[in-house]
Amino acid sequence: MWIIGVLGFGQQGWGGLLIAGALMTLCVTIAALLLGAVLGTMVAWAKLSGNAVLRALGNAYTTVFRGVPELLIIYLIYFGGSGAVTAIGRYLGYEGFLGLPSFAAGALAVGIISGAYQAEVYRGAFLAIPKGELEAAEAIGMHRGLRFRRIIAPQVLRFAIPGIGNVWQLSLKDSALVSVTGLADLMRTSQVAAGSTRQYFLFFIAGGCLYLVLTSLSDRLFNRAERRANRSMPSSLGQA
Amino acid sequence: MVHEPSAAATTVNRLSVRNIRKKFGPLEVLRGISLEAHDGDVISILGSSGSGKSTFLRCINLLEIADEGEIWVDGEHINMISKHGRNVPASSKQVDHIRSELGMVFQSFNLWSHMTILQNLIEGPVHVLKRPRAECIEEAEALLVKVGIADKRHAYPAHLSGGQQQRAAIARSLAMKPKVMLFDEPTSALDPELVGEVLRVMRALAEEGMTMLVVTHEMNFARDVSNRVVFMREGLIDCAGSPAEMFSGATSAAFRQFIGNFRG
Repeated sequence: MWIIGVLGFGQQGWGGLLIAGALMTLCVTIAALLLGAVLGTMVAWAKLSGNAVLRALGNAYTTVFRGVPELLIIYLIYFGGSGAVTAIGRYLGYEGFLGLPSFAAGALAVGIISGAYQAEVYRGAFLAIPKGELEAAEAIGMHRGLRFRRIIAPQVLRFAIPGIGNVWQLSLKDSALVSVTGLADLMRTSQVAAGSTRQYFLFFIAGGCLYLVLTSLSDRLFNRAERRANRSMPSSLGQA
Repeated sequence: MVHEPSAAATTVNRLSVRNIRKKFGPLEVLRGISLEAHDGDVISILGSSGSGKSTFLRCINLLEIADEGEIWVDGEHINMISKHGRNVPASSKQVDHIRSELGMVFQSFNLWSHMTILQNLIEGPVHVLKRPRAECIEEAEALLVKVGIADKRHAYPAHLSGGQQQRAAIARSLAMKPKVMLFDEPTSALDPELVGEVLRVMRALAEEGMTMLVVTHEMNFARDVSNRVVFMREGLIDCAGSPAEMFSGATSAAFRQFIGNFRG
């Protein structure tokens, strides 16, 4: 009975806080994924461009942010960013420590990392578009922007869905590291609950279960999107 | 800007190409090709692989940029400038405009795989020509009837046979109401039993008076449908003439040998 008590939604229960933590995790991950999509598109474009400088910059981005531990980047952005904000504050006459909001810092850090992985996904997806289809678009008189909007973007999205699903899952778990900044995400909430009730097994298992709920639900969503996007492919013959 | 391609020309040609040259690295693929197509001409371009015939076709709609030479489409001169020592089109707007007037049919069909057949057909008219959607759909449906795949309009390209895909690709080009149709080995990727259905569509187009340039290995099409046959060899036009002249045997030794190979 006591399990229901501590996990429940009553006054003694941590249930509500755990759910709130899970939602916070979801929000950080969504924000990171969106930021990563923007960064990833830009980096993929740089890596595919004919310009040697842009290509080198794109390569540097993916090499650095895929090659350095996620935790280090979170520290770098949270503490480094707060240091910079404090310095600017002092310059403007404000004495004392100014912290970067932990949500923004976390989403930024995870987003930057996610962007590095997404860039590779988009680049691969672009290369998967049959070259002839791009040529047909040119041959019919589509200008560059139209080609991107009508032929490239929809197909990149289609080929990228499985890879993005993967990156989403990675980001969801990376977001647990954001708890080091004190953000009350699922990880942090489980930790606090475990510490204050001394029910370590119970709360870390409960937290783990909630992570699994998030990942398996999103997995389903991505599978459905993938099926829908692939309805024009030969393998879906007969499903239509 | 309208230039007369030559002083002798009394009417504006659908297509005039003068002295096209193209190098890929050290390899000179086109060594000075000139060609005129009048309204309703059906010109078959023959030649062994590596003779430059596909490159020539791709230079006309600027998928490849010729190093030298001039092109007029329906009297409009394609303006080129020299940039870093390379010949490039002066205006990408003009390039898009010229391309919208030239229908291109590829060996590998190149239908857009994420769109249904009907969407493939209306894509150009709606987004490039910016014509009303309803009107484009109506015309597209008629074109699909004409090429015999009206029942496939809501299917995706991957669900069609090669012959059906190529007929859809021809219809996609026709939907732009092109001044000239360019065919780049349109039947070479097809199983033998599917070649006939594509050639029938092309023959019907020729009979309607469409101006066509056809790079092909189909000798029967060249002989029976086209009114001019051009034989390319090593980046040059080796010989050209009416099918009757060309296939009578009174042409170059190289062409006689070339068609001899086809007869086995």
